[in-house]
Parts: sequence; structure tokens; C-alpha cells
Amino acid sequence: MTDSLLTVRDFSVVYDVDPPVDAVTHVSLDLRRGEILGLAGESGCGKTTLAYGVQRLLKAPAVITGGSVTFHDASGEDIDVNALDAEQMRRFRWDKISMVFQGAMNALNPVATIGAQLEDVFEIHRPGLSRRQRRSEVAELLEIVKVGAQRSRSFPHELSGGMRQRVMIAMALALRPQLMVMDEPTTALDVLVQREILKQISQLRHEFGFSVIFITHDLPLLLEISDRIAIMRDGEIVELDTAENIWTRPQDEYTRTLLSSFPRLTGEKGMVAR
Amino acid sequence: MTVLDVSHVTKIYNVRGAGQIRALDDVSFTLRSGQTIGLVGQSGSGKSTIAKILTQLETPTTGEVLLDGKPVPRRGRGLREYRQRLRMVFQDPFASLNPYHSIGYHIERPLRLDGVVPAAEIDAEVRRLLERVRLTPDAVIDRRPHELSGGQRQRVAIARALASRPSLLVADEPVSMLDVSIRLGVLNLLADLQREEGLGVLYITHDLATARHFSDEIIVLNQGLIVERGSADDVILRPQDPYTKELRAASPDPEKHFASASGILGGAQ
Repeated sequence: MTDSLLTVRDFSVVYDVDPPVDAVTHVSLDLRRGEILGLAGESGCGKTTLAYGVQRLLKAPAVITGGSVTFHDASGEDIDVNALDAEQMRRFRWDKISMVFQGAMNALNPVATIGAQLEDVFEIHRPGLSRRQRRSEVAELLEIVKVGAQRSRSFPHELSGGMRQRVMIAMALALRPQLMVMDEPTTALDVLVQREILKQISQLRHEFGFSVIFITHDLPLLLEISDRIAIMRDGEIVELDTAENIWTRPQDEYTRTLLSSFPRLTGEKGMVAR
Repeated sequence: MTVLDVSHVTKIYNVRGAGQIRALDDVSFTLRSGQTIGLVGQSGSGKSTIAKILTQLETPTTGEVLLDGKPVPRRGRGLREYRQRLRMVFQDPFASLNPYHSIGYHIERPLRLDGVVPAAEIDAEVRRLLERVRLTPDAVIDRRPHELSGGQRQRVAIARALASRPSLLVADEPVSMLDVSIRLGVLNLLADLQREEGLGVLYITHDLATARHFSDEIIVLNQGLIVERGSADDVILRPQDPYTKELRAASPDPEKHFASASGILGGAQ
């Protein structure tokens, strides 16, 4: 499947402070069904603002000043995200687009079991389900992300960092969304755990067919997990291409600068002037 | 000259319900002035326990640590001197600087407390230190931490660490919270300072790529044991121990990824 899932046209966000900051300026992109799109750039380039903006998750002083976001639902319906009212938006979020946040430690409620937190998703979005059905959904989710159903009665602090991040992924997967936005999902984890989580994201993507917008400033990591990568700078996408082309044939000067700014694990040494 | 001598250090934690945990098991290494040793391993490998022992937040169960040939004093004036000789650069430059105080205050304080220079020369010394870390004194001296970028903040933390003229810098993940694009700048700065001041640096990280570029020697820790040690290139490019190999295979490596058709993720494309 190569058809579009999300069409962003001429999208702009301004932070309405004094003086106003153009966080995202006239960004257009097409996200394909089932692809992992990497969003890379330095802090402040607008990558997070863009990813949050397309689901209208921004709060004041951020203002969407122009452009359109169209979600091409699997049912064939085209949804104009900017036109949804509050109740429609509430239903749309998590059902169609879900998120995996960076700090699983802060994103989970420390005084509720992970099972109860996962059940909340169904209670709100699938009110028709019985308690028993909810429980079985939760058990299944925990098995899918390899935390194990028996952990549903654990509290967040009883799980390792990697397990907590898997619980976050289970929560994002709960309603079988068509798009998952992942904001630095593995940045706080060590390399071995990070690798496992990335493998799992990749497998789940193949199994369930969702698309991913993967935000990180870790370009080496992004080059491995993404199908395509958008390089952002000062609120604009300066280059968007397949991961392989970004690596082998970067067109933009800034992309080349970014690529040359990280030390290579096995390549030429001499990046650090010692 | 040997700055740091860690010999046969073992640290055992008594954990309720779990019995005894051997966080460090007979760890020995020495660090010379002007040398950087990279200490790598995953979470729980014991690398931070070493940092805690060096900074006197923990004491070893058995074994000994010598700094400049002297054992670590437990209290009093000796301990204070020890802490002037060994300084830390922490991971999070947002948390390690006090939001209420100006940048100038952060650098001035160790100068005053440790009496490094006469009171009349403190202002000049603050400016000199800020210049040492490639910051423009006039642009930052009266600012507060929140007005600076992450990279600038980490430079301030380095200047503060240098203020008391230490012989050893313990840097625990000093660049992992920074943007990839500015990590090199901070590491280059540390490398320059180390060369110019003859500092010993213990670089604690789980990032093999920066460890390789920044260290002379790398020590790999797994569950409290040193499993491999050697020159940086030997350990990273030609790892012998299975655990080192595993760490290396897990680290992002675009060169290898695009060289092999299937990729490391096994068909992520």
C-alpha cells in the first residue's frame, strides 16, 4: 500500500509571544500508509510542534495560522482535522492517531496499576465493552508488547524503563490506530533496550499496518528505523527523502552538516579533534 | 603520572528481599594525567557506582581508591581537598545549575570556597574560565541558566568544574541530553581542555560511538565486572567479549546498516 494516510498542506504554527516566533512555516508533506517517517532536526527546529500540531495538541501561545491537515481514514472517508469540533476531536484522538511520549516514567500514573491505566483507554473510547472484555483486551495488549499479561497488576515503579516504554506502546496500540506519533521514544533507554524496542516497533508496524511519525534528534538511529526522513530547520522541511538517499545522496547543505556532526561507530575517526 | 588508582574495588548492596547485589566486583584500573578512559556498559552495569564511590557518595565494601597517590579521606579538610582535585560534570545541565543564580555566581562560588585565587582576582578568573569554555563572558555572566541553550549550560558546568583546578574530571554522560549536532562541540572542548591542562578524564557513557572518538582507552563493565579493556579502537572495532559484541551490534551504525541489504533491524525497509 502506498496511498496517503495524512496530507499536510501549507501548515504553519506561530508562537504568539512578543515578538512572535514562526515555529512551523508552510510545511507540506504526505505521509504514506504503513510507513515510518522520521522527523529530524535540532532542538527548536519545529519537529515536535509540527507533529503535535497535526493532531491539534498544541496549547497557547501556539496558534495554527494556516494550512490544512487531512486524514484519509481506512474507511475511505477524508477527515479535515482542523474542522472537527471538540467532541469529534476527542473521539478522533487515540482512535485514529495515538502517541508514545518520551518519558514513560512521567507519562504513567505512579499510583495506578498499568492494567487499570490501559483499561481507562477502553472505558473512554469503547464504552460498549464489558469489564471482562476490557480485561481481556488489556491482557492481549500486554502479551503483544511482551510485557506479559501477569504484569497488569504491577505499578509503574515495579517495571524497568524498557518495560514501561513497552506499556506506553501497548497503550498507543490499544485502539489499533492508523498513525502513531512517537516523540523520542527510546532516548532515555540504554542501547540494548533501545534496540529491542525499535525491533518491536518495526514488527508491530508490519503486523498492524499503522504509520509512524518518529521524532528524534538522533540521526544515526533514525537512519536505521525510518523509511523516509524529513530534515527540519527553522520551521521548514529542508529535505525529505528515503533514509538511504538521505544517507548516501544528501541534497541540502544543512543535511550534510547534520550527517557530519555525529561520531561514527565504525567509520573514519577524527571527528573529535584530539 | 598516575592520577587515579582504583584497586580491587568491590561494592555490595544489601537489598531487602533480593539478598546481596554485587554492584562492583573486584574492579581495578588506573588513569594517568592527560588520559581519557571511557567507562561503558548498559544500565545497571556498575558504571555509576564507580562514579558514586569516586565522589564519596558511596564507600567501597572492599578495595581502595587513591587520588594523586593518596587514599580518599573520610572527612574534614582532607576530604575537601579531595573534592577540589576531583570534579564532576553531570548529565543534565538543566538540573545541575541553580535556576535562581546567575552564571557568574555559579563559577565564582567554587573559586571563593576553595580559595583558588585571591578575592581581588575572582572576577577576572570567572571571565577567564568562561572564555576557556568558549563562552563570551559579557553575553552570559549576568544571565540565568534558563536563558542559555543546553550546550551553553553544559559549558558553564564544565567551567565550574575547572574552577578549582582539578586533576581529574569525572564526566557522567555529559552530552547525552544534548542535541546530536552539538555533542561534538562539547566533546571537542573537553578534549582540548584535557590536552591543555593535562587533566585526567573518566568518561562514563553507554554511547559507544562517542566513547570511541573521545577516549584513549575503553573499559567495558557488565554486572559489576570488567569484561573487556583496551585501546578505544581495539575494543569497539575488534571486540573480543560477547557482551561488548552485543553492545556494539545494538548501537546505531548507518555505515553497516546501508552496507547490508537487509539492515540490522532485519527488514525494516
